[in-house]
Amino acid sequence: MTKPKTLFDKIWDAHVVKQKEGYPDVLFIDRHFIHEVTSPQAFDGLRKRNIPVFNTKRTTATADHNVPTKDQHLPIKEALSRHQVETLRKNCAEFGIELYDLGHPFQGIVHIIGPELGLTLPGMTIVCGDSHTSTHGAFGNIAFGIGTSEVEQVLATQCVLQYKPKTMRIEVNGNPGRGVLAKDIILYIISKISASGATGYFVEYAGSAIEALSMEARMTICNMSIEMGARGGLIAPDETTFNYIRGRKFAPQGEAFEQQVKQWKQLKTDEGAAYDKVLTYDAADIAPMITYGTNPGMGIRVTDRIPTAEELKEISEKTSFSKSLEYMGLEPGTSLLGQPVDYVFIGSCTNARIEDLRLVASIVKGKKKSPNVEVWVVPGSKQVEEQARKEGLDKIFESAGFELRSPGCSACLGMNEDKIPAGKYCISTSNRNFEGRQGPKSRTFLASPLSAAAAAITGKVTDVRELL
Amino acid sequence: MSKEKFITLQSTAVPLAVENIDTDQIIPARFLKATTREGFGENLFRDWRYDVDGKPKAEFVLNKSTFSGKILVAGKNFGCGSSREHAAWALYDYGFRVIISSFFADIFKNNALNNALLPVQVSDAFLKNIFSAIEKNPSAIIEVNLENQFVKLPDGAKESFEINPYKKACMINGYDDIDYLLSLNSEIKEFDLTQ
Repeated sequence: MTKPKTLFDKIWDAHVVKQKEGYPDVLFIDRHFIHEVTSPQAFDGLRKRNIPVFNTKRTTATADHNVPTKDQHLPIKEALSRHQVETLRKNCAEFGIELYDLGHPFQGIVHIIGPELGLTLPGMTIVCGDSHTSTHGAFGNIAFGIGTSEVEQVLATQCVLQYKPKTMRIEVNGNPGRGVLAKDIILYIISKISASGATGYFVEYAGSAIEALSMEARMTICNMSIEMGARGGLIAPDETTFNYIRGRKFAPQGEAFEQQVKQWKQLKTDEGAAYDKVLTYDAADIAPMITYGTNPGMGIRVTDRIPTAEELKEISEKTSFSKSLEYMGLEPGTSLLGQPVDYVFIGSCTNARIEDLRLVASIVKGKKKSPNVEVWVVPGSKQVEEQARKEGLDKIFESAGFELRSPGCSACLGMNEDKIPAGKYCISTSNRNFEGRQGPKSRTFLASPLSAAAAAITGKVTDVRELL
Repeated sequence: MSKEKFITLQSTAVPLAVENIDTDQIIPARFLKATTREGFGENLFRDWRYDVDGKPKAEFVLNKSTFSGKILVAGKNFGCGSSREHAAWALYDYGFRVIISSFFADIFKNNALNNALLPVQVSDAFLKNIFSAIEKNPSAIIEVNLENQFVKLPDGAKESFEINPYKKACMINGYDDIDYLLSLNSEIKEFDLTQ
């Protein structure tokens, strides 16, 4: 009898081209996504070696990180940003890679367009020069972020050299309470195991609370795996997965799809397979979450107090803790409820899918934003934007005083024009609250789309359950 | 393509006793607009090094004349967050060749190794020793010996570190991963057809 295997091990082992003692595995990559920021130096490498792209059909490009979210039909104003996007165009044309450029109906944040176009499928290996590539793992595949030297490896050989990480199973069982979204589940998990607690591991999420989630919500969970240090996270595919993929543009169609589903159904961890680590949580313990510090592990239930230095487990963390609170302009031991916010950002690869926009609209409908906040809603893709308009969500946002912008990474990373000014507080549906992440000296509270929408209405950190 | 070879290094070190230093601090996203690998050192630790008007912050370690060298010593979980290889390029461009910490984020570690920047993981206790050695004497010479895999302080205190034999060979000989992968081209082509 063969040894029972985890889903991760099954997919990994099926993609190893070569294994050699003392060497990392040569891992074949089924799908490669690229964008304007982390690819130019990789293409330069190909030029220097005078080699082509190994298999152009396996790479898809889009422009997302360094693009404006206003007036996308006009040339990009800022010279360096314009040059970076033009370089992507030039490289894709020269090497024969499909590009969903600004204005293309498929353009959007790379981790949002892959799944919605049916490019992201179960059982695959997927990489991109972006740490949030872990998002795709929601479909039951191995997806992880890589650096530019590795982007060059994939373009040149369709492989990366990788050491096999350890495996961790994170189980969440039971029913989460009212107002609790996938974002709260993952912020809760990260607050429990810290921003480095899963470094060296690849996570499989399981349990009844995970199985009950939609694909959009599962993507939110897997998206933030990197925020606890994990290389990636995956969820075994099931009917929810197959129903999402069925009929998508580049997914197998008709009979071919049904055949695939039969194979995809095998993609699960065998009974008795061993993980290097197993963690179990009770969904009933989770409430709407918010971060108070400068790494995603510094999160609390919105009704909890910020801890004090004395309450922290590790002494070594205390210096970073004080530095963090000082940066945020917050006091230990206090509650965040009622804390005024200046900006609300609803967007990013974590929470800019149609379901997120629907949730926001559901509690904003008929209400107006607080006069002291500026609210940006940035859809994750052109398709999400289209769908939102079709459903009339744009009208709801407009009459609430929210600004609906064009797709891109926007204020998630402080790279393009969308930045939060110094000293200002932003409640954000994105994934990182690092110092200056949303702009120099900006202060970020990470939260769910519902919690962000609630803050937009009240102008302060609010327990969304009061508005439901 | 060959990279700078690394065998052993003796240098003074720069202490940065902060934990969870993410790659957004090492190089903020607004400085990632270049399409080449060079010049990122200028903006290394930009927002810790300069105030909003571009004036150097006297209290930040890179602005103190007391500390210099090719080794950066940092708190645990160095390089977490974004996968931007620009972080490794910026550290290298600034002049660092070794980063010592008690814990590294995975993607950063790979990026560093792919750019002739050696990440050296030591124990929490030894990291503390290094910090106090530098504090006591900022011109203390620290030896990082890749060949024999150890870090040595001026008082003779030594700790060994781990590195994968393949990556070690790459660092010592200045090889890069693509050379190895390209040598497997026909095997990979066959594999591609089966997928």
